[in-house]
Amino acid sequence: MSWSLPPYAQALGIALDHDEDGAPVLCVDFSDKVRGRPGFLHGGAMSGLMEMAGIAALRAELDGRGEAVQLKPVNIQVEFMRGGTEQRTFAKGSVTRAGRRVALVNVEAWQDDPKKPIALAQMKLLLSVSE
Amino acid sequence: MSDPNPPFVFDPARAAKIMTRHGHGGWLGLDYHAHGQGWVELALPWREELVGNAETGVLASGPIISLMDNATSMSVWTRSTNFVPHATLDLRVDYMRAATPGKTVIGRGECYKITRKIAFIRGIAYDEDPDDPVAHVTGTFMATHGTYF
Repeated sequence: MSWSLPPYAQALGIALDHDEDGAPVLCVDFSDKVRGRPGFLHGGAMSGLMEMAGIAALRAELDGRGEAVQLKPVNIQVEFMRGGTEQRTFAKGSVTRAGRRVALVNVEAWQDDPKKPIALAQMKLLLSVSE
Repeated sequence: MSDPNPPFVFDPARAAKIMTRHGHGGWLGLDYHAHGQGWVELALPWREELVGNAETGVLASGPIISLMDNATSMSVWTRSTNFVPHATLDLRVDYMRAATPGKTVIGRGECYKITRKIAFIRGIAYDEDPDDPVAHVTGTFMATHGTYF
């Protein structure tokens, strides 16, 4: 992964697990730092992991363009489908559309079974080429 | 004579102090700020560990989502006046501008409609002026064990 995770992600324990079809799969281990109600992963921590996975996937895609692109988040919509339990959580983004100005990225988060996602997110980001 | 069994009324000031002591809210350093009928404000103090861009010192968006998830969650119980276990169904966050580095962000959550199973929420995050918010959120919660009323 050419892009390094920001201080927030590192402090929370978000890390690169592996690359899958060119997209980085990020993960976070369960700890008190990411716990919401007793026994469950906090929805905000889940969302934070998904945002990082979305940006990582977009960075991987934009790397091929050969120019420095700056990202500015516009919005995110998160659908929580299952409660996250006390185990490692993974997230992977897929770039649906990356044009000159706007990118749309879908992100899935899962735990033990990738076929049973615990949450889905859709992110929109503004792109600008650094002068 | 006082009622030996006074009806339980959810107190966000007291609950926020307990809920922000441990777990993700505790790690973020969330704190109670204010509340009124159907709304709650929590504070997210700036700190270096929560930064999303090391060069600018701007807070990451993840802590703002967590702040708004917690503030809107508590606003539901403030409206229903009782504590009912619930789960966030969805949350949409619009990022209107970067939070000012070094400033505490206040998350104001409001429950604007409650049904037996679903609570509808909205809110803003701001650092100085509520009329110049950092983010705007909308979303829904679902009562997971029982109903809100």
